[in-house]
Amino acid sequence: MPGGYAGKFLDVDLTREKLKDITFDDETLEAYFGGRGLAAKILWDRIGAKWPKVDPLGPENIFIALTGPMTGIFPGGRICCSGKSPLSNGTVGSTASTEFAPELKMAGYDGVIVTGKASGPVYILVTDDGGEIRDASHLWGKVGEETIKILNKEVTAELTKRKPNVGLWKEPGMIYIGPAGENMVRNAAVMSKICHAAGYGGYGAVMGSKNLKAIVAKGRGPLPKVFAPEAVKLLWKRVHEITIGQDGFRRRGTGYAGYSVGADTSSEPVRNWQEEWHDERGYGGPMFESRYWVKKYWADFNCTLSCMKISCIKSGRWKGDITDMPDYELEAYCGTNLGIFDPGDNVHMSAIIDNLGHSGINGPNTMAFAAELYQRGILAKEDFGFEPKWGDAEAFTKLAWLIAKREKIGDVLAEGTYRAAKKISKMKGVDVMPYAVHVKGIEIGAHGTRSDADYTHDACYAVSVEGGDHTSTASDGYKEMSSSIFSDSAVFCNFCGAPQELIFDYAKAITGFPITQEGWRRVNGPRIVTLQRALLLMGGPDLFWVPIEDDDNPRRFYEPLPSGPYKGRTTDKELVEQKRAAYFETLGWDERGIPKRETLEKLGLADLEPVMKKLKK
Amino acid sequence: MNVFISNRIGDIQPFGDDMANPIWIVRDYERCSGCRRCELACSMHHEDWMWPEASRVRVFMPFPGLEVPHLCAQCDDYPCVKACPVEALSVDEDTTAVLVGREKCVGCGKCIGACPGEVPFLHPEDDKATICDLCEGDPECVKVCHEARYDALRVVEEKMNVHRKLFSRHPVDVAKDLAVKLFGEKGEEVI
Repeated sequence: MPGGYAGKFLDVDLTREKLKDITFDDETLEAYFGGRGLAAKILWDRIGAKWPKVDPLGPENIFIALTGPMTGIFPGGRICCSGKSPLSNGTVGSTASTEFAPELKMAGYDGVIVTGKASGPVYILVTDDGGEIRDASHLWGKVGEETIKILNKEVTAELTKRKPNVGLWKEPGMIYIGPAGENMVRNAAVMSKICHAAGYGGYGAVMGSKNLKAIVAKGRGPLPKVFAPEAVKLLWKRVHEITIGQDGFRRRGTGYAGYSVGADTSSEPVRNWQEEWHDERGYGGPMFESRYWVKKYWADFNCTLSCMKISCIKSGRWKGDITDMPDYELEAYCGTNLGIFDPGDNVHMSAIIDNLGHSGINGPNTMAFAAELYQRGILAKEDFGFEPKWGDAEAFTKLAWLIAKREKIGDVLAEGTYRAAKKISKMKGVDVMPYAVHVKGIEIGAHGTRSDADYTHDACYAVSVEGGDHTSTASDGYKEMSSSIFSDSAVFCNFCGAPQELIFDYAKAITGFPITQEGWRRVNGPRIVTLQRALLLMGGPDLFWVPIEDDDNPRRFYEPLPSGPYKGRTTDKELVEQKRAAYFETLGWDERGIPKRETLEKLGLADLEPVMKKLKK
Repeated sequence: MNVFISNRIGDIQPFGDDMANPIWIVRDYERCSGCRRCELACSMHHEDWMWPEASRVRVFMPFPGLEVPHLCAQCDDYPCVKACPVEALSVDEDTTAVLVGREKCVGCGKCIGACPGEVPFLHPEDDKATICDLCEGDPECVKVCHEARYDALRVVEEKMNVHRKLFSRHPVDVAKDLAVKLFGEKGEEVI
């Protein structure tokens, strides 16, 4: 086994209640590493050409939670969730920071692969003794905080019972879903630690579709052996030095950006992206910090960035709400994009969204879409049972519940922004697609392209195989292959601040694989993205993307910005087209973005050719 | 060294001013980020690799945000040392740390039961009692915590006192206190 791998994966068939340990050969691991890359490979190998017929929310879909060889050993360990996405019908490598990831490895597993559907609510427990399926009927319907509380107690008590003499058992790590995931809200998140989410892709809904409430792990073993331990120890110190040196990031996290991305770069969604500018100084970072941050440096396993800050509301109508910061994305999506500019209301909205297991970006994107339809008189009070007015945190709390429980219009909105837009257009006889801010079914992160002043430009979402995912935007089809594609596959947080060269030295010292940054840019990364592109184009069964037409920004991103210093600016459509063509060419895809035969052969993906050939017709 | 401490209760003598280097690790729970680098540094020192469950300091997190570094508090009466039936535990006369004679330890777990905070644990590999030895006076956990400017763990030169033992508590009980301190009334119900 190459370094960094625990050595086995837990393969769970929930329908037959069968569990077994499986492995992958070294060549597969070297090519795909883990996480996002390996998940795409597993999905293609297991589902294959029948992909378009597989319902992402049916038992034939596969839920995958993978670490990578760097997880836990490199600062900032995460878990990568994947499967056929109920939003894009392709795949997303959706990561979340959580102790679940190192716990899994310390229990001797690199990942969990879940097929089938349980007959009733269950959770999977992974320990040094292997995996097991356990009843979760008492957990079904529980929000995040309650789920954590019950599972921590229950699992710790169980492990103590099994091995009472070894001393105190530390609580396990876990990923879980809230009511939103249980009710298969398409953009629901896989949650951890009350406010950490694998948000993109809708994998909370996939877990829900399998009656899988949680996966819990507790291991007592060491982190996996590595290829060059002494080098890893030195590199570990060096990367932490760099991370600790990021003083501004450590102090502020992304929690100051809720003001600056609006006021400074005009790229923050405001009222469903009708604007991207605001100058609400009362929404500034220091206001959150002085009143709500009860723990200013909060970190996950093996991370010294501590870019998270725990917020708690101790008085007033939202008393008792707990979340982190909120971070920038939730300051925007649970704040400005709902017309909310009060820090307390934003902390509250973030806490309720997390507790319900909505994805903090995607769920509220749909909520703001609904609120704009209400603003425009397309949806009425009767559809909701209340009035979702901009800035009304109480109304949006109701809306979050309505969607999570699939009640009234919430049942339609639970289909995610794109599908809801299609349904509502039919229901109301009005084309509401211009208000749906998504790319290929995946609602867009809180960084606009119109001002061109943020890191997100022209075609960065339009051509991405993960649609609106702001953590994996496309740039030139080359550079990002060794950054986000790599970190999602080696599975670590890309906020550590270490230069790429150092990261690749670290990866080599862990695995012993003779990898290079250039190799990932030209072969490994493109292989993963090409496979993801193929699966995305195969799509189905409820929808199929049209190349070029759907490789574009949402219509709103071409409306001129109505306010602020960048007023009048918009995304340059011609540039989007040029960048799109260049991106496809760089990756060896044809003019419609369908991977060419020679590209598939070069990347070792020749078995995709028959399916791609059909698409070309 | 003129201070002699044996593993039998009657022989434990008060620590005098002539203690060479009695140290203690201050634990400031509110400052703990939960990075668990203390666990990694400890296990790299003692086990030569990253092994959080073999680390002599373990960070418990009964609820997110409530991180409790759990390690030996070096009680003034050393109940673990007294409880050991095979005299495997002793006290380092220099640092006041509890030392485990691994060759003597039979893994009975009596030291765990005797500790008010259930701090000792049996090593996941060989079931030997495992307790913080203060790294001969220069604890690795403290170094990395200081490097990251958290200072949740800090070394002080401090004579033996009656307060130490009060820090030897079940980490969930500590977290329950911390919950109310950080979250107010809501803190009463999160654990």
